Amino acid sequence: MVSILPLTLSQATVSRREKRLLGPIDLTLEAGGITIVLGPNGAGKSTLLRLMHGLEKPSSGKLRYAAPRALAYSQQAFVFQTPVMLRRSVLGNLSYPLTTHKMPRAEAEKQSLTWLKRLGLGSHTSQRASQLSGGERQKLALARALIRQPELLFLDEPCANLDGAATRDIERLIIEAGASGTRIIMATHDLGQARRLADDVLFVHHGLIHEQSEAATFFDNPKTTEARSFLKGDLI
Amino acid sequence: MLEIWEGMKAATWLVLTFDADLVEIAMRSLFVTLSAVAIAALIAFPLGAWLAISRYRFRRLVIATLNALMGLPPVVVGLAVYLLLSRSGPFGVMGLLFTPWAMIIAQVIILTPLIASIAHQSIRDLWAEYHDLLISLNTSRSQRIKTLLWDSRRALLTAALAGFGRGIGEVGAIMIVGGNIDHVTRVMTTAIALETSKGDFALAIGLGFVLIGLSLTVNIAIHMLTGTEVRDRW
Repeated sequence: MVSILPLTLSQATVSRREKRLLGPIDLTLEAGGITIVLGPNGAGKSTLLRLMHGLEKPSSGKLRYAAPRALAYSQQAFVFQTPVMLRRSVLGNLSYPLTTHKMPRAEAEKQSLTWLKRLGLGSHTSQRASQLSGGERQKLALARALIRQPELLFLDEPCANLDGAATRDIERLIIEAGASGTRIIMATHDLGQARRLADDVLFVHHGLIHEQSEAATFFDNPKTTEARSFLKGDLI
Repeated sequence: MLEIWEGMKAATWLVLTFDADLVEIAMRSLFVTLSAVAIAALIAFPLGAWLAISRYRFRRLVIATLNALMGLPPVVVGLAVYLLLSRSGPFGVMGLLFTPWAMIIAQVIILTPLIASIAHQSIRDLWAEYHDLLISLNTSRSQRIKTLLWDSRRALLTAALAGFGRGIGEVGAIMIVGGNIDHVTRVMTTAIALETSKGDFALAIGLGFVLIGLSLTVNIAIHMLTGTEVRDRW
């Protein structure tokens, strides 16, 4: 199968109404591993993820995948901070990405049921997705993103507002997905989570990437003043 | 008051005896309006969804026009359809004037903007919720439209019922293109207009009660069949 990575941003910016929200960004993401995008609220983490995923168009500069764009879009997925549930059953939500990609309904539902059992949601199959708890919804959203085994997965603060148990379940799924070869880019401002998951870190502040390094290097020896302050817990 | 009382008695009598004329007129009313609603919905639902998810230059103008067309005067529609279907008109050769089909065509023209406009508003709100997700899941435009239509089906049912409400009570257009011909194009509303003009208020009021009852029955039946307003539903 053709890989869509590396993903390259060249002098990419995102602006809205003359205001620059992000960039210019130069970044190359190679295959493998979990990259954590760290930064305070409003730093541009979500915008960076949306730009890389194609939900935001660069106002200037370029976004390139190693494969044609149509293939690249079909090989990636995104999990939003607030999970969006289709007005369908839990099973209907999970099988949706499969049926829209031409998988026969029976096969899609069979695969979805296997996933639901794995998530501990096997007893909620025919329940409406909107009735799930916050943690269950986020698990379902993550499973819906993973069910087509994307090469690239973006996670935008998937554990915000979740309790410890739900966060642990989500992190377990993320680690399993990473281990099975999915390249993961995840935004968070939770330092503990970043330490638990990161292979490497992108530190974003005021719409710019201030630091890009391996996780151990970033946490032990941050290069920039902003990153040091952020790690110390100062308000930046 | 006496006329209303007489009307209620007449209505009760007509219904209880399954008056043949009343049944025929009621069935024709239902046939014309339900056919028109079905055809209008087939046009209006995808149109509403397409308008909700598309971005183009004159979008606001198109939507404003569609909303304005909700108030399309039925007599003007009737006149236009009459001219199109009359012997000297472009579709005169089809011989549709003064048939139920002409009435259906007129009602489709009246109902389509109404149903499309209500559908568009519901689907637009759902699209705002689904936008990022459906793009992220790499769905095609037609898949997005299908998903939005399916997931907003209950709101679309309301739009269709609003169309039914307008259609079943419509008189101006169908009077012009149908001609209110007994046993051919006479429906509840044109029959009421005729009885009123003849001064037979009791029968007119009776027919009015039957019309209201018919409208309520169809609405309740559709709600029950589709399971809306049931506890724990969307």
